[in-house]
Order: sequence, then C-alpha cells, then structure tokens
Amino acid sequence: MEEVARERSNLAGVRHILLVLSGKGGVGKSTISTELALSLRHSGKKVGILDVDLCGPSIPRMFRVQDNSVHQCDSGWVPVFVDQDKSISLMSIGFLLENPDDAVVWRGPKKNALIKQFVADVAWGDLDFLIVDTPPGTSDEHISTVEALRPYQLLGAILVTTPQAVSVGDVRRELTFCKKMNLRVLGIVENMSGFVCPHCSECTNIFSKGGGEELAKHAGVPFLGCVPLDPQLSQSLEEGRDFIQEFPKSSAFPALAHIAQQILDGTSQQSS
Amino acid sequence: MAELADGPRPQECPGSSSAQAGRAAACQGCPNQGICAAGAAAPDPAEAAALRARLRAVRHAVLVLSGKGGVGKSTFSALLALGLAADQAKQVALLDIDICGPSIPRMMGLDGEQVHQSGSGWSPVYVEENLGVMSVGFLLSSPDDAVIWRGPKKNGLIKQFLRDVDWGEVDYLIIDTPPGTSDEHLSIVQYLGAAHVAGAVIVTTPQEVSLQDVRKEINFCHKVKLPIIGVVENMSGFICPKCKNESQIFPPTTGGAEKMCQNLNVSLLGKVPLDPQIGKSCDKGQSFLSEAPDSPATSSYRNIIQRIQEYCDQRNFQEEKIIYERNKNVVHV
Ligand SMILES: Nc1ncnc2c1ncn2[C@@H]1O[C@H](COP(=O)(O)OP(=O)(O)O)[C@@H](O)[C@H]1O
Ligand SMILES: [Mg+2]
Ligand SMILES: [Zn+2]
Ligand SMILES: [Zn+2]
Repeated sequence: MEEVARERSNLAGVRHILLVLSGKGGVGKSTISTELALSLRHSGKKVGILDVDLCGPSIPRMFRVQDNSVHQCDSGWVPVFVDQDKSISLMSIGFLLENPDDAVVWRGPKKNALIKQFVADVAWGDLDFLIVDTPPGTSDEHISTVEALRPYQLLGAILVTTPQAVSVGDVRRELTFCKKMNLRVLGIVENMSGFVCPHCSECTNIFSKGGGEELAKHAGVPFLGCVPLDPQLSQSLEEGRDFIQEFPKSSAFPALAHIAQQILDGTSQQSS
Repeated sequence: MAELADGPRPQECPGSSSAQAGRAAACQGCPNQGICAAGAAAPDPAEAAALRARLRAVRHAVLVLSGKGGVGKSTFSALLALGLAADQAKQVALLDIDICGPSIPRMMGLDGEQVHQSGSGWSPVYVEENLGVMSVGFLLSSPDDAVIWRGPKKNGLIKQFLRDVDWGEVDYLIIDTPPGTSDEHLSIVQYLGAAHVAGAVIVTTPQEVSLQDVRKEINFCHKVKLPIIGVVENMSGFICPKCKNESQIFPPTTGGAEKMCQNLNVSLLGKVPLDPQIGKSCDKGQSFLSEAPDSPATSSYRNIIQRIQEYCDQRNFQEEKIIYERNKNVVHV
C-alpha cells in the first residue's frame, strides 16, 4: 500500500531531500538555502526549494519572483520556476497571499495542514535536490515537515548558526530535536563569522567566532564551514540576483561553494 | 477561528468564541474544527478571573516583537528591562515567551538558574531587587534540552507564566517574543486582554528581507488592536574599529525602517548601530549599557528607552484623564 502511494506521489521524482534548520531566526537559513540551490544548479543539478516558513517567507524575494503566483494542474500545484530552463523551482506561502504584507496569523493545526498539502500536492517533477527552508525553532512546522517527509528520500538536515553563544545555544537544542526525530545531521554551518572591512581589510568578528565549529566537534557532527558576513551577499539577496554566478571573487563565495561540494560528495558516495 | 482568517484558505470562520465555533458550515474541513467544537478555544471564566487578578498589578505591559528572528529582539528586551530598572523606584519584570529558543537567561547572566515554587506561585528569578525574570529556560534541566512542542502546549505555558508567576506589583512588564505571528503571539495578546497593555515595540534590521516581515507584524498588531509604540532599527551600519569608516552590512535597499515608518505612519524610536561589544556582553550575561557607557550604541539605546518610558507615562496620564472625565460625567448626570 505505502509503496504504491509513494510511487504515485509528487515526490517520487525527487532524489534527495535536505532540511535547513536553525534554532534561531535571522541566522541565514533562507540565505544558505538560496545559495545552496544556486550552487547546486551551477553544478548542473535540478533543484527545488520548499519554504515552510509560513509567517516569514523570504525565498520568493531572494529569487526576485515575489510577484508570481502558483497555478493548479492535474497533479497539484505547479511550483514557480525562477528561470527559463526550469532548473530551480520554488513553493512558498508567499505565492499564495493576495497582498505581500498580509500577516499569516495561524495557530499550529492550520500550519500543519498547509505543510501536509505542500508535501503532497506540489508537482515537482524530477529533481536532484529538494531543499526545505524552515522557520526557527522546534515546533509545529518542524514536527509536521519531518513527519510528512519521512516516507521519502529524506537525506538529513543542515544546521545553521551564527558564532555567538546565544545562537549556538539554540542549535544545541536543534541537535536534540534531530536526535529525537531520528533525523540525520549532515553538518553545521557557521554563518556571519567575521567581517572584512572593505576600506582597510581589517577583519572584525562582529558576532564573535568559532562557536559553530566548536559545537560540531562537541556534538560529533561534520562542520561544513564558516560563511563570512559579506555585504555583496546581502545586497544580491535583496535584489534577487545570482550571487554564485556574479560574485565568484567575494569573501563568502569559497565557503558557499565548499558547502555545496560537501553535499554533492556526500550524495555521490551514498549512491555508489 | 476568527484570528486565523485572511489566509489563502478557510474563510467565513465564525470565530473561536462564537457559539457556532466548529459547527458552522465553513468549519467543515478546517483543521481546527475539533478544538473549536470542543470549546477548548473559548476562555474559561474562572481562569480569566485568576489572570485578571494577577495582571491588575501590572502598570505597563510592553511587548517586544519582530517579524524576523535574529534582529535583536531579546537583546533589546534585556537592555530595556535593565535600563528601566536603573531607576530603583521602579519594579520591572522581564518575561521570555520564546518557548523553543529562550535566550533571556543567558543574556541576563542567569544561565542554569531554576524557578522556585512559593505559596503564591512560581517565583521569578531576580537579577536585582527590582528586576525579576521568567523564562522556559529556567524550567529545563540541561542546555541541550529541546522543547519540541506544538502550539497548544506552548499556549498553556504562556498562560501559566502570566497567571502563576508571583510578579508582585510591577511598573513595567517587558515581554520578549519569538519571531512571527503565530500561537505565542495570539495567546499573549489574548491573555493580556486583562492587563494595561502599553503596546508593542517592533525591532527590525535595515534590509528589505527583514522589513517585509515587519510589515506583516505591523498588520498583525492592527488586526489584534495592539497599539504600536514604535519601531527600532537595529544593526544599522557598522563602524570599523580600525579605520572608523562605516559599512552597511545589511543595506537599507528600500530606505530602511525610516521609509517604512513614514509609509505606514508609525514612529521610528531610533537606530542602533552594529557593535561587536553588544554580542560579547550578551554572551557573558553582562549589561552592555554599563559595560560600554560611552559607545554610540549605548546612547542610542538610552534614547529609545527614554522614549518608551515617556510613551507609557503619557498613556497613563491619558488613561487617568479618561477615568476622571468619566467620573465627572457620572457626577454631573
Ligand atoms: N554571510 C552573510 N553576509 C551578509 N549578509 C548575510 C549573510 N547571511 C545572511 N545575511 C543576511 O541576513 C539576513 C537574514 O538572513 P536569512 O537567510 O533571511 O535568515 P533566516 O532565514 O535564518 O531567518 C538577510 O538579510 C541576509 O541577506
Ligand atoms: Mg528564513
Ligand atoms: Zn576599516
Ligand atoms: Zn475555525
């Protein structure tokens, strides 16, 4: 029975599903989801992003498709494609709102119902990777997402943190969540570590440094790298530009490319 | 449920406190139908009375909100509480309702503290004699403990924080919230219905990615009739400690909070620059205001705190005037 359901499901053509999590908000989950998708596309992969941050969806704007809406087809909702080649497709509550400033003031059960629908009803087609961008915390959205995705090719979770202790503390709780939910941790990313002054090249650790790596060591999970604070990165996200294509010389580029490479290496090992 | 309307799906919801809750035609297929029909969403009168009794002792409740996380809400809440408590004559309470990611204990230097039970309820943890703190962090036994709770359990705890914590007489109750517009926010506004709510302070960073969420938060405030005291723009610009030049790490590509406030007709309480010392003080649980008394960020925080204080005093004055007018009318009639 379950086998049949899976074959017919909209996720049948999706090879790997990754969750991007963090305990804290504003640490760069959507940023990492976006740049990871762009990097994977750069390596020739087809990628989808499912944005389950229902109260604060940022993915549509980060790809500059915030004015698009989703359409219905026989097999469900058609995701929004960001390019002609249809190499990146997106689904977000942002596409369902009449007015972009509408607040989605929902309690848990309603959020859970929409997440189930997102998992069941989006016609993704064939994808190499489906990246799931989440809101901060360990509550309704997270439990529902993991439960709904469990029957599929759920590869594991990437945890994002900023370097300071307050944020690392939240990620420790997120690690416990992964353990309890039986979710593999692919690794930890430390974002916003260090800022290189464009005027004098002095590096200041605005949000301190090293917390993410230390935590990875302590928890015995892979450390995927440090992404520095980079005004070119925040600027391209604001404008919905392809940072990976346009800014290969910027300070955040090597770290982001390295993270994508490790994910690719991990999956090719798995399939061989 | 009425508060949930406006989404892409369920419309025509009769509202959770209506007699039709869960039974109207529109409730068919609503995931909340069971809860509504069971009357679980409607307030229990005895409970409401207990809440009212406790909250009568609070003079000004100030909610600190943001659409986006990581913009500095908790930092601001902590410094607001510390700043207000600098006046020994004022009694200040700081309540952290970020159930899944409580950061107040660490920022107040109270990591590892536990809550004590007293005859009149839970006792807050005191930083100073006139500054009490409550957070789910004080109920966890290890820093790795995760609170993996769905909405109803979080709501229950928030209610307990308001009803069962023995805050005593309080001049200011500062409430730090998680990001978003969901269970915690609806619940706190609902439960605070019985209190003197001064209003909400909304924290944001300058870039559009953050502002777009703040606009949603402002709409939420309008929808639940929560007055907005004003907006704080945090992390506006970074001054390099070496060459003293400023960089916009989070560029205000759409005019920042200033433009948004003009457009939406809300006050901008001030801008706080990025200062590496702020994060360090928070991590160590020390007050940035007293650690770096001369920094531009401190003077900006102090100005903002003062404006909030003035707002509360002003409101108090008006409230008294209204009561006075009302009584005067009674006498005359
Ligand atoms: N390494 C970085 N350098 C500069 N800006 C960044 C970096 N990472 C994230 N940002 C910016 O920080 C803000 C918050 O990031 P976002 O990805 O939206 O966080 P989350 O999804 O965790 O809430 C965004 O405006 C983003 O552009
Ligand atoms: Mg996000
Ligand atoms: Zn410099
Ligand atoms: Zn309903």
